[in-house]
Amino acid sequence: MGREVSGKDEYMPTLYEQLLQDVRFQEGMKVCMNCGTCTAICPAAEFYDYDPRKVLDLVQRKKEAELEALLKSDVIWFCGECMSCLTRCPRNNGPGLVIMALRTLSQQTGLFVHSQKGRQQILLKRGIGENILRYGYCVYGPTMMPEAHPEAGPIWEWEHAHLPEVFDRLHGNLDKRGPGALRKIPDEDLAELKSIFDVTGTSELFENIEHYSAEKAREMGVDMEEYIQEVEESMQL
Amino acid sequence: MKLEGKKLIWKDYQKEIPDDKYFYVRSCIRQNMFPASEHYFLKIMREDLGKDVYETEHHTTCGGIGYHCDVIKIETIMSIVARQFALMTEAGYKNYAVSCITSFGLYTEIIHTWQTFPEILAKTRRQLKEATGREFEIPEHVAHASDIIFKLRHEIAAKAKYRLVNKKTGEPLKVVEHIGCHYAKMFPHKGVGGAEYPYVLAGMIEAWGGEIVDYPERRHCCGFGFRQYFVKSNRGYSLSNTHKKFESMEPFKPDMIITNCPGCPYFMDRWQYVIAETEGKTYGENGRGIPVFTYEEVAGLVMGYDPWDLGLQVHQIGPESVLDKMGIPYDPEAKYKGLDGQDLGRPEMPKNISCC
Repeated sequence: MGREVSGKDEYMPTLYEQLLQDVRFQEGMKVCMNCGTCTAICPAAEFYDYDPRKVLDLVQRKKEAELEALLKSDVIWFCGECMSCLTRCPRNNGPGLVIMALRTLSQQTGLFVHSQKGRQQILLKRGIGENILRYGYCVYGPTMMPEAHPEAGPIWEWEHAHLPEVFDRLHGNLDKRGPGALRKIPDEDLAELKSIFDVTGTSELFENIEHYSAEKAREMGVDMEEYIQEVEESMQL
Repeated sequence: MKLEGKKLIWKDYQKEIPDDKYFYVRSCIRQNMFPASEHYFLKIMREDLGKDVYETEHHTTCGGIGYHCDVIKIETIMSIVARQFALMTEAGYKNYAVSCITSFGLYTEIIHTWQTFPEILAKTRRQLKEATGREFEIPEHVAHASDIIFKLRHEIAAKAKYRLVNKKTGEPLKVVEHIGCHYAKMFPHKGVGGAEYPYVLAGMIEAWGGEIVDYPERRHCCGFGFRQYFVKSNRGYSLSNTHKKFESMEPFKPDMIITNCPGCPYFMDRWQYVIAETEGKTYGENGRGIPVFTYEEVAGLVMGYDPWDLGLQVHQIGPESVLDKMGIPYDPEAKYKGLDGQDLGRPEMPKNISCC
């Protein structure tokens, strides 16, 4: 049952109806009997105020206001997508899959910028997401600066300072043509990735993340650079 | 023969793993952090075991980390995967070997989705064709590279120069095995041994002379968590999960850890360093950490390859305690040298943990 958009004739599907369009939701949300096995096995539930059992219970109630509040909250961003819950659920639900569908919907609707954890998506889009189009890799060592990764230790500082030489020593092919580790991905292949992004909707998702983040920055009275800094530094557990 | 316990469970989780003729795709994290491991997978397969493994420079990331950071749409990831399969099809291969666990889980999930929802497969074919002009066949077999080493573990053992045995005492080394979550937690029947008692690494440990350590948090996630690591302010999640695993394995005094996932060996290596530097706690002997290895590194050590050729110098927790126990010779002076002995300086040593 959808809803009419105020003042217009066009049909606006409910949040639940939009979730139903996502195959991960179809596969992950059958009937939850609320046993809590997922919460017992969940690494995120141990370290965050997070309970996947409650998420599935809320979703299967199909109440629009509750779903909207969920999509605006930090709750959907705590999961680490390890999928341990899939193995154990006695009803073959996948709370981790449901979370993925919720996160996608939160970004499509712009609701992600209402939560501190949701606002972090701009960092992931500009980092991991753009790496794929720029280099053909999700992670690209030369841009993994030691000061941003103190946990990588002094060994990474040393390696990063000597990446070409270390890659030669370890049989890699850093930024060179031909097969091998961290080779230069040919431009024609990067162009195909970009075309796939355009055809399949990720380019639009990227625009959405940028658009809603910029809108939120304006609402907060800061420019984009200050917004990014605020998102990076903000800690809320 | 009467099968008991885990062997009875493993019987239900067998998978068909071809032992030859593979199209190989690399891992983003492993190319950055463990480039020598992928090199030695190919070298052992091609040169030591005489197998046909093909690689093309034109394959790319599968996009899996972006997908699990939720910035890549499922339709996109399906088309990128389909493009990789198109490259395999164009090269004339039907068996697909995957270096990455996140990728392996994705390939498994996507093929399952295509089989369950044929209309989604048709849509992916249309979108790939529109975006790239390419067409693809679904592989007959998808194997993680650790599946293949598992399959060939006895051939490797037959060529071994060293065993996972303490040369002085004759006792087997105590080995923790850590399986990447996406190897079998989503589709237990796609992994050797299933999700609860995976056998893929345990089989290697047994074949190469070691003793498997069973400990309470054996199946717990390393804590990568995708967005929980890549956003700096979330990293406490990742550290906390690794800490939980180390506290759980500590009483069993493991000699070493072997992993089959790109991120896990990195996190289990580096978070030991962080725990030592912040809390002063170490989990290995004599102020050392517990060395963490990839399965290719362990296969390479067993086969007698030089530890620095295998890339063990780029681990924060040095491998020397294990090399000494196994009786593997190494040149400490050569550890941080480049090709032909090029002087690259030396990394700073941590304060609270001995790294060599």
